[in-house]
Amino acid sequence: MTYDSLRQAADSWGLLYMLIIFLAVIAYTFRPGGRKSADDAAAIPLKED
Amino acid sequence: MTKAIELSLASLVALLALFMAAGAQDAVFEFHSYLFLIVAVLVAFWLIGRDTSNDDPDGYMDGPVRLGVLATVFWGVVGFLVGVVAAAQLAWPDLNIEPWFNFGRIRPLHTSAVIFAFGGNALLCTSFYVVQRTCRARLFGGDLAWFVFWGYQLFIVLAATGYLLGNSQSKEYAEPEWYIDLWLTIVWVAYLLVFLGSILKRKEPHIYVANWFYLSFIVTVAMLHVVNALAIPVSLTGSKSYSLFSGVQDALTQWWYGHNAVGFFLTAGFLGMMYYFVPKQAERPVYSYRLSIVHFWSLIFLYIWAGPHHLHYTALPDWAQTLGMVFSIMLWMPSWGGMINGLMTLSGAWDKIRTDPIIRMMVMALAFYGMSTFEGPMMSVKSVNGLSHYTDWTIGHVHSGALGWVGMISFGAIYFLTPRMFGRDRLYSLRMVNWHFWLATLGIAVYAGVMWVSGIMQGLMWREYDPEGFLVYSFAESVDAMHPFYVARVFAGVLYLAGGLVMVFNIAMTMKGRERSEQPIATVSVQPA
Repeated sequence: MTYDSLRQAADSWGLLYMLIIFLAVIAYTFRPGGRKSADDAAAIPLKED
Repeated sequence: MTKAIELSLASLVALLALFMAAGAQDAVFEFHSYLFLIVAVLVAFWLIGRDTSNDDPDGYMDGPVRLGVLATVFWGVVGFLVGVVAAAQLAWPDLNIEPWFNFGRIRPLHTSAVIFAFGGNALLCTSFYVVQRTCRARLFGGDLAWFVFWGYQLFIVLAATGYLLGNSQSKEYAEPEWYIDLWLTIVWVAYLLVFLGSILKRKEPHIYVANWFYLSFIVTVAMLHVVNALAIPVSLTGSKSYSLFSGVQDALTQWWYGHNAVGFFLTAGFLGMMYYFVPKQAERPVYSYRLSIVHFWSLIFLYIWAGPHHLHYTALPDWAQTLGMVFSIMLWMPSWGGMINGLMTLSGAWDKIRTDPIIRMMVMALAFYGMSTFEGPMMSVKSVNGLSHYTDWTIGHVHSGALGWVGMISFGAIYFLTPRMFGRDRLYSLRMVNWHFWLATLGIAVYAGVMWVSGIMQGLMWREYDPEGFLVYSFAESVDAMHPFYVARVFAGVLYLAGGLVMVFNIAMTMKGRERSEQPIATVSVQPA
């Protein structure tokens, strides 16, 4: 493995891989029905003490 | 059984320290070995003598949080004081007292004291508090949390005394020598175990977003610290070591570390604090939980690439410089998303800014988070950086983030925790919190303003050419021109330090159980129409 091959992997498939994961996470956050579970999660700190 | 294991570990450390001291190649290493020895012996005596009969194994473990609050306040004031000394040394060079108190040794003492001792303790104690409350579980690992707390204090003392005695790896924000780095690695892995273990045994099904931020801070700092600190010691019983990297690789590794220390230590960690304490103090849930998740992932995916902007116009390849600049600019979005999310948590309760000085501090922290994350990307643009780099503008930028964002959000959390951790109904005085707020805010405003003026002046003087193409000013002339600004900066630092001293008094009185009789902050007087 050379510096060049590593760099080429990083700015092509590596970049695409990271981008897809990121977009998938965002899409999952805004999935239908996501609002309800988000509101439940937001209430966690206020539930006690 | 546990006690026997802990005792043998302490004895083992004591024995190792004795051998290290016996074979020490230099005075600093010998001194630090004896420090290890003394601490290990003290721990052993504490283990033998302590009484655990009153401990509730099912309740929350608040001992390390309680001491953490005190450690945060203590190191905070020490760090601010050393900062004032460093500022005074720049204004009046006669204050450089050789060899221990030269600016070259005082400066890393200041940065490490405020970032790692003050900020680190604030993160340690709030993360232990928040993870227990939001997971509804006791800290994992029993005494491991105590090891993390005291081990971290030992790291601070080793690093601080090392700097003053002239022991340094000369990497910014990573100055401690190899054996102190190793000790911090052990403590940090224990911290990760305690935090992750507590999350794994949670009773709450969802992991609250504050814990995501804390966890990313712990994991990333572990990675950064281990890679950047890779070094070969000259001797196993000597303090001197040489970095594994050299030249531009060393520079890039250092700033990959350095910028992500800003991104994950001073940003992600304190955002964890923000996402718990702002909703708690405002008594309403965060404005948008889904925005906080987007905030988290975009920060994680972007921050790690921004480091090269510290190396514009250097031997670093051009594409890497541009990459650092582009990612820094993209960071604008998540940063402002997070700021808006924090501020809008107050929607419908804006009156609290007037009536609750703790909320006021938190709002000011968010405002400074927004301002410094706007200024940072702007300064990472190559053409702006050509003017700003190596000038005081950078120092002003760092301080608006550190004093404004990190300091203010930590003070807010400390004021929230103190009555709860010491079993009091309320703080000794809310009016003193207000005093602290104004002293600190004024200090930051003067500091940032003065450094803008002196920094831009400095940058312009350095690049001023006459019609024949000669530089108009010598370097010494630019130094001379900065004197009044340096004096003003000392004043700004004194204001911020004074705010810290007000906090010390307020917290000491709260611990004693005293309550100051005082007028409420702002009584609402609505005029009927």
